[in-house]
Amino acid sequence: MAKNRKPKLAVWKFSSCDGCQLSLLDCEDELLAVADSVEIAYFLEASRAEIAGPYDISLVEGSITTPHEIERIKKVRAQSRALISIGACATVGGIQALKNYRNVDDLIMTVYAHPEYIDTLTTSTAIADHVTVDFELRGCPINKEQLLELINATLNARKPNVSQHSQCIECKLAGTVCVMVSQGKPCLGPITQAGCGNVCPRCDRGCYGCFGPKETPNPAALSTRMKELGLSDREVKHFYRLFNTGAPAFHDEGNAHE
Amino acid sequence: MGTETLKYVISLSEVGKLLGNIKGQGFHVVGPVLADGAIIYDTIHSIEDLPSGYQDEQEGGHYRLKKSTGRRGERDALFRYTVGPSSWKRFLFPPEQKLWKAVREGKSFSIESPKEKPPRYAFFGVRPCEVSALKIQDKVFCNNDFQDKGYAEKRKKSLVIAVNCTRSVSTCFCRSMDTGPKANGGFDLALTEISDGKNHRFIVEVGSKKGSKLLKGIDHTLAERHDLSSAAARVNSAKRAMKRQMPKDAAKILSKNSEHPHWKDVAARCLNCANCTMVCPTCFCSTVEDTTSLSGDVAERWRRWDSCFTVDFSYIHGGPIRRDSAARYRQWLTHKLSSWHDQFGTSGCTGCGRCITWCPVGIDITEEIKALQKGGK
Ligand code: SF4
Ligand code: SF4
Ligand code: SF4
Ligand code: SF4
Repeated sequence: MAKNRKPKLAVWKFSSCDGCQLSLLDCEDELLAVADSVEIAYFLEASRAEIAGPYDISLVEGSITTPHEIERIKKVRAQSRALISIGACATVGGIQALKNYRNVDDLIMTVYAHPEYIDTLTTSTAIADHVTVDFELRGCPINKEQLLELINATLNARKPNVSQHSQCIECKLAGTVCVMVSQGKPCLGPITQAGCGNVCPRCDRGCYGCFGPKETPNPAALSTRMKELGLSDREVKHFYRLFNTGAPAFHDEGNAHE
Repeated sequence: MGTETLKYVISLSEVGKLLGNIKGQGFHVVGPVLADGAIIYDTIHSIEDLPSGYQDEQEGGHYRLKKSTGRRGERDALFRYTVGPSSWKRFLFPPEQKLWKAVREGKSFSIESPKEKPPRYAFFGVRPCEVSALKIQDKVFCNNDFQDKGYAEKRKKSLVIAVNCTRSVSTCFCRSMDTGPKANGGFDLALTEISDGKNHRFIVEVGSKKGSKLLKGIDHTLAERHDLSSAAARVNSAKRAMKRQMPKDAAKILSKNSEHPHWKDVAARCLNCANCTMVCPTCFCSTVEDTTSLSGDVAERWRRWDSCFTVDFSYIHGGPIRRDSAARYRQWLTHKLSSWHDQFGTSGCTGCGRCITWCPVGIDITEEIKALQKGGK
């Protein structure tokens, strides 16, 4: 990057709820420091001002659900030096990937008053299914500390500290008592990537898998345990059919409990 | 301890006073407390903070705590539970710790070490298996060649008030590791509780000069034979109730069976979630992470617990060495029970049973060793 100009940052939205972009705005204090180190060139949720590309860093939120989005993501890629997809939608297709299991025409008929206005693909897919992605930041929504760490690491040309190990490690570092062992509550933590900040187990709930499958996950072994804890196949399936249902490990395990 | 140490009797209220005295001497007292349905170790201020009357029930992947409704002695007892998910390593070898900070100064930089003075800890209620765990971690962190200064300093200044077990749970197997249920040295004071509903008292064994000084101002009398036999009977009942055992030749079984098909079998059940290593009181692995300020003018190096169950743990140039779960499970068990002997002259396992209880799927290291023994060399 040229020495005397700030790197240009763009934030793009595809099919999503805006929650991940909001995490950037939610950075509050740190946001000023970020705004100091980068030029926020394109971020419609924060400002209407648009500065033309190319961009040094593009953060991409949302999944690909329309033919138009396929074309648009290619243009974003062409203008971006580093493309980072953020959130479950962008990394695996999000909760809307539940449509991948249904007949889309039936869904459109049920949901919309004027189905003829709807131009959609039959699937919701990840950004990486369409263009090359430099880094995928997990979460539904992403964790703002991880986002800051990623921006920070990118600006300082170092490896980001984003671990791929289990949520269980987050519990143990924080000193959270395991809800599965001490209360028999089902928890996706042993197969879910850490990073959320230990949100659910710390509040006495099992993990819902918002950060998607961890490295080398073993969902089959966890499902066996969930059934021992009294869950039916249907309930087990529903655990996997959430925000990260598009991730192969969760998708396949959900199918195994059809 | 070769020679018989002196043993005294103190009353319940004197235990409270003892705790108060320790605190009064400026120690940061850590002990068992009730939190989120389990007994964990945290700061305590007085004897009132101890979870009296609680009993734990433990199995593979299962922990429940109940308030005793039994006879008075059970209801009043301070120490009728065993070990929970936390261990003292959390204080001596914290999960996350800043090692140093570097600040840019023009074309150079300066390094600052953390300034906070480590607290003087008093560990109150250390179980025999945990006294062993402390001894094992001492070998790791306080050996002459590679000393961890932070650990060593805190450890040297710390007090250990042990509590012998009068009750064991199904996951305990200290008996077969020779580490409990009675502590054999390695403490300043060791208590054995006699809560019989009539005369709630404690046998105190003095383990060090520091320990003996702690008794100053505490009303204590020399223990009589009936006190001692009552205490011994209680510890014995914990011992007799212990069914789980680690095979004596675990080290040999492991060193001979690195290629056993059973590793694949356990890998099919194992989540490689790392809970076992996190709760193990002797596991000492860590990684370092470097952070920077946004401007890049300040950098920090942090150490955090890591585990042989993560992929990154064995990452070297070109990729991780232990890619599949079977290789990682084998590493954990083989190091803990076999190569630990070669490295540190002791087993890495104390028989506390934490890795069994807190494994979400209840994998039991004693059973895995037996399975390797059965079909192996
Ligand atoms: S609560 Fe869930 S994430 Fe935490 S240790 Fe237990 S199983 Fe793992
Ligand atoms: S290996 Fe298991 S039983 Fe042995 S000390 Fe570690 S946690 Fe306790
Ligand atoms: S393993 Fe032994 S020393 Fe440890 S808690 Fe159980 S009975 Fe007590
Ligand atoms: S043995 Fe249990 S606790 Fe350890 S990594 Fe495997 S599943 Fe997790």
